[in-house]
Amino acid sequence: MRSHVFRPLWIALGLLALFLTARALYVPGDFGVHRGDYTYGWYRTGNEDDWKAVQVKHKGKDYCAGCHHENYAKIAASKHSRIQCENCHGPARDHPMDPPKLAVDRERDLCLRCHADLPYRPKVYTGLPGGPIPMKMQNPEVHNPGLPCVTCHSVHTAGWK
Amino acid sequence: MMNWSRRHFLKNSAKALAAAAVPAAAYELLTPEILAAVRKGKGPRWAWVIDATKCVGCGMCVQACKRENEIPWETTASRTWVERYVVTTDGRVLIDSPNAARDGYTKNNPMGEQVPAEQIAKGFFVPKVCNHCENPPCVQVCPVGASHVTDEGVVLVDRSWCIGCGYCLQACPFGTRFFHPVHKTAEKCTFCYHRITKGMNPACVDACAFGVRKWGDIRDPNSEVSRIVRTERVTVLKEEYGTKPHAFYIGLDRIVR
Amino acid sequence: MPVHGEIWTIKELFVYPNENIVWSIQIVLYPYLTGLVAGAFVLSSLSHVFGKEELKPVTPFALVFSLALLLAAPLPLLFHLQQPQRNIHVLFTPHFTSAIAAFGVVFSVYAAIVASEVWFTYRQHIVESALSLRKAEGLPARLKGLLYRVLTLGSYDVSEKALKLDERVATVLAGVGIPVACFLHGYVGFIFGSVKANALWMTPLMPVIFIMSAVVSGIALCLFTYIVIMEIRVIFKRPSPWGPERGHPSAMPQRETDIQIIRIIAKYLVFFMILALSLELLDLVFHSYTAKKPYEILQTIIFDRFAFNIFGLQYGLGMALPFLLLLLPSLSIRRAFVASILILFGVFMMRWNVVIGGQAFSLTFSGYMNYQLPIIPHDLDTFKEGLAGFLLLLLLPFGLLWLFSRFLPLFPKKEKLSPLG
Repeated sequence: MRSHVFRPLWIALGLLALFLTARALYVPGDFGVHRGDYTYGWYRTGNEDDWKAVQVKHKGKDYCAGCHHENYAKIAASKHSRIQCENCHGPARDHPMDPPKLAVDRERDLCLRCHADLPYRPKVYTGLPGGPIPMKMQNPEVHNPGLPCVTCHSVHTAGWK
Repeated sequence: MMNWSRRHFLKNSAKALAAAAVPAAAYELLTPEILAAVRKGKGPRWAWVIDATKCVGCGMCVQACKRENEIPWETTASRTWVERYVVTTDGRVLIDSPNAARDGYTKNNPMGEQVPAEQIAKGFFVPKVCNHCENPPCVQVCPVGASHVTDEGVVLVDRSWCIGCGYCLQACPFGTRFFHPVHKTAEKCTFCYHRITKGMNPACVDACAFGVRKWGDIRDPNSEVSRIVRTERVTVLKEEYGTKPHAFYIGLDRIVR
Repeated sequence: MPVHGEIWTIKELFVYPNENIVWSIQIVLYPYLTGLVAGAFVLSSLSHVFGKEELKPVTPFALVFSLALLLAAPLPLLFHLQQPQRNIHVLFTPHFTSAIAAFGVVFSVYAAIVASEVWFTYRQHIVESALSLRKAEGLPARLKGLLYRVLTLGSYDVSEKALKLDERVATVLAGVGIPVACFLHGYVGFIFGSVKANALWMTPLMPVIFIMSAVVSGIALCLFTYIVIMEIRVIFKRPSPWGPERGHPSAMPQRETDIQIIRIIAKYLVFFMILALSLELLDLVFHSYTAKKPYEILQTIIFDRFAFNIFGLQYGLGMALPFLLLLLPSLSIRRAFVASILILFGVFMMRWNVVIGGQAFSLTFSGYMNYQLPIIPHDLDTFKEGLAGFLLLLLLPFGLLWLFSRFLPLFPKKEKLSPLG
């Protein structure tokens, strides 16, 4: 039967074929259902590799120890032993290649992040293997306001300069 | 005939009973760690343990996360953040997290208000991060398959496939997702997938000098997180949504949002 | 460097750092337009499927309008996407556990149905125009002739048998179209209703509420446009500007028939308004009666921050007033016209209150987000999701309707009516 009735249908089917072809060409081959889980496992596996390939910027203090062993040893023996070098010096990335020099954050506010005596800040520090110690707290408005903490304090030894 | 059908009935009943008994037993033991163990797939299933009692609100985790994961510093959104809760003696609750606490808390000014120490009944800090739920609604609602769960239970977003509809931002009850201001795609905590797959810690875990954040394999009975979840009093956020969050908290107060 | 949504969101009290109003004006417009599509289509189908003969005169118009709205409906979504160029992913890798994924498929099927029905309805007109313009002079007429020839899809069979067949097929398509239309819009309701994180949205009633208000708004829009077109013809005392019968004396409008149709449409409108209102009130009553954890903050949204929007604009101005206007005896064209505008506004406010109201409170239940619609666009975001982009897409369906009316007579004369007249 060569009825006109089916003509819109042929057009629709033609569009569908076109669509399926485009889909086959466009969608990456690793896109599919993984672990048999359509709800949470419908994705492109390459995405996991994409995320794995993100550059690691914070290398950890063992990386720093490679060259700066003196400071590494100093801080490791101090009450600041659990603080990462990169918390204050910024991420190492590919230092010393890139960047060749790391900035140091000497702001008062950096120290105050832990040492400002907020009424609801835990008063005891439990991070050290030797057991709990009282947290050193200062009221920044009373304690030498305006002066950088590093004027008197040594960060690497957690003591006096 | 009668006999046959009775025997048939008994046999079927026994079968039905047996069938019913198995899931009943399974449900009885449906604790997070068992659930993780019976979950499809092998290998690790990562989870957080966050000890809120130790958090001092220094915000180093936020700083490290932003730098590690290239979330522009000036952006108010963040993959992880720290909230401050202050309850006054007259019962008011002040909660804030300015700039996601990327600069830490250095002043006693909850919600911009100076509250004298003697008027504070209690106060604490709560770090927040993606819960990497067992049933993440954010993944369920992604219309294009740009968001998914990895074998290790990590919820990821495919930046090359996300269309930026924002449905996942609406679906997450914890408010962990946002649009990356540069990539213009849904953005969230990846558990530092690039680090943990290389045997490193997530950046926020390393940055925390107080041991607030722990992470590990909840399927491994010997891991620290497993031991804590099994032997200590832990809770999760917003359990009522049924997403089975995998960030287990120690020391949460009922006012925590 | 603001994240998306930060520009028009003003936070109050404690809101999570990542929260913003990410679904803005275009997501208000999107269910509004989709609703109008569904409503217009349901109106056009009533005469076929339910044998409502009295609605036949508006059937072709409602159908073509539905097509115009249909083509505009996905654009708000496109304007809203952060990666609009990837929109095809919804069709290429649909994730059907997401309510949005169904959109591509349902929309395509629905578009095919509506376009086919338009074709079958206007086939006689298309063929006759193609034949009459075959030897036309001048470029515009020749182009028009070419378009009609393409639209015939190569079939010039306008025998009585073929036209009978057209009518039957159109009836079948109308019948299939109604559930698809309801599904299309019901799923839009599902998009919101299934977000368990959102206390205001999450209700199983949401899809049904959306369908009902869709039908209401669609019928109101047809009424509105019908009156506008008819009145223009009366006011200017000139023959129909639509289609080739231009200048034909029999195309002069007759007011008598107009008001009859208007009264019939008004009846349907009132019926669907009652349904819509009942469902919406049921939802409201349930929220307050069950008063679950989020109700404390929902209360401040519904009865305080959005009280004027909800009870003043949506229910008062957009529901109660037009209800009265339509129900008072001896309905006039003017009253029907005012009522239709009010209803259209009311349904728009309903969409606004759902979409913006649902994001007006934080997931923390301890803070609020206020929406400030960008008026003057100063970058792409504030254009696309500001007043300008909104108005552009709101007016687009009317532009498309005008364009279509150049080729397809919206109100064909009795004898000219192909199968449906």
